[in-house]
Amino acid sequence: MAVLLRRLGHFVGNVIEGLGYIAAFAGHIVAVTVRPPLRWREFLDELFKVGVLSILIICVSGLAVGMVLGLQGYNTLVRFGAENSLGAVVGLSLIREMGPVLTALLTTGRAGSSVTAEIGTMKATEQLDGLRMMAVDPIDYVIRPKAWAMAVAMPLLSALFIVMGIGGGYVVGVGLMGIDSGTFLSSLENAVDFHDDVAGSILKSVIFGTLVGLISTYRGYTATPTSVGVSAATTSTVVLASVSVLIFDYFITALWGV
Amino acid sequence: MAYGRRPVLRGVSCTFRPGAISVVLGGSGSGKSTILKLIGGLLRAQAGRVVVGRIDITRFKESQLYEVRRRLGMMFQNGALLDSLSVLENLAFPLREHSGLSRAEITARVHERLAAVGLEDVDDLMPRQLSGGMVKRVALARAMMQDPEILLVDEPFSGLDPLSTKLIEALLVRINRTLGMTMIVVSHHIPSTMRMAGHVVLLLPDGVVEGHPTALQRSEDVRVRRFLTEETDTSEQILAHTHEFEAGEHTPQRPGGA
Repeated sequence: MAVLLRRLGHFVGNVIEGLGYIAAFAGHIVAVTVRPPLRWREFLDELFKVGVLSILIICVSGLAVGMVLGLQGYNTLVRFGAENSLGAVVGLSLIREMGPVLTALLTTGRAGSSVTAEIGTMKATEQLDGLRMMAVDPIDYVIRPKAWAMAVAMPLLSALFIVMGIGGGYVVGVGLMGIDSGTFLSSLENAVDFHDDVAGSILKSVIFGTLVGLISTYRGYTATPTSVGVSAATTSTVVLASVSVLIFDYFITALWGV
Repeated sequence: MAYGRRPVLRGVSCTFRPGAISVVLGGSGSGKSTILKLIGGLLRAQAGRVVVGRIDITRFKESQLYEVRRRLGMMFQNGALLDSLSVLENLAFPLREHSGLSRAEITARVHERLAAVGLEDVDDLMPRQLSGGMVKRVALARAMMQDPEILLVDEPFSGLDPLSTKLIEALLVRINRTLGMTMIVVSHHIPSTMRMAGHVVLLLPDGVVEGHPTALQRSEDVRVRRFLTEETDTSEQILAHTHEFEAGEHTPQRPGGA
């Protein structure tokens, strides 16, 4: 029993210590953000890598999810004679939940892992030390643009996912199942509230983007500078960020009703 | 200083002469590169003091170290060039960060430095497109971009063919003679050390020996003499210092033999 308690205490201590390091890391990013130079070029480069290069996977996934949602929604609603509400079901599901969450999970796998691997490799090849020796803070030059790009790209990608998803649901509902186009769209329009649904969706994806950006840059920055270490850091980014997104999703929904 | 539980540089005290080329020698794992990283503030000494010029940097914060690093240049063993930037951008980087010079002035300075290390028409090449010798020369040029007072050079000859080795050696000597720059070079290459060093620091398991290379070659300490004259034991003598194999249990196999 004593051994178990000691191990538990050790585990809790490590978790608290880890959270402290991440908080200090986040504080450092905020501190360098308010300091010039603004590094627009590096930020736009990262925004391209995180955002633009994720567009294809987001569009394809959004369309597929929307189509499945349209099909499943129709099959369920038709039992109750409520198939005219398909637009509301597809729209609310995507805007409130599936858009932000699935976008965050997809972006973690595509861009978050790549951010960790890139920073970890820079550490292993002494590029971060090289920056320090040139009197340039790696958190300022390397980490800040990547973390901010993730936070900015996430709501934009989420919006794209939602639009593609609604499009997919429309194709299935109107094109295949024969629901009237006006009925689908008016159902969607009447159900979605900007303040409660759209703003909440944006809030969620901004929080998820910040979370994924922070975890992926932190894991890369603290990776053991070996090939095995970088690989382990990349894996842990995907696991930790995905689980964090799901946990945060629950609490945001519970606390803010989004 | 220790890596995990493995201590390095215990009880080591040495001084590097201003304006001279000092070469740090020692066996693998003796802490040669660690000395450079301590001087650059990339590693923190767990005990003792590190003084750069007349400034004790042992307890400096990272922000204070950046001021000190502006007076230092470092050429890393594998170059540590930023692999997302071209050769021109890599060399321009420290000036772009700190100098306030115009783009044209920076480009002119970069070309001047590249010419000094014997490179032309490499502006647009990426680091991955350079040979090992070219990487070393670009790294040397980058370390020189801010006209540092002290140049730290980590294993400049490792992995180079004899011609490239002599070229890098000649460049280091020329830079030292023309600019009177203090250089601290970590190397395994005894012939180059004997030709270029004005001061040698030899790390031994029980301390440090330093002095002029020719004086150290005449040292009464057989370990020092042997290291600097590259006297090598016969393979039987070397094996005598390693494992004793018990016949019948761990019989050593001859290369290629069954």
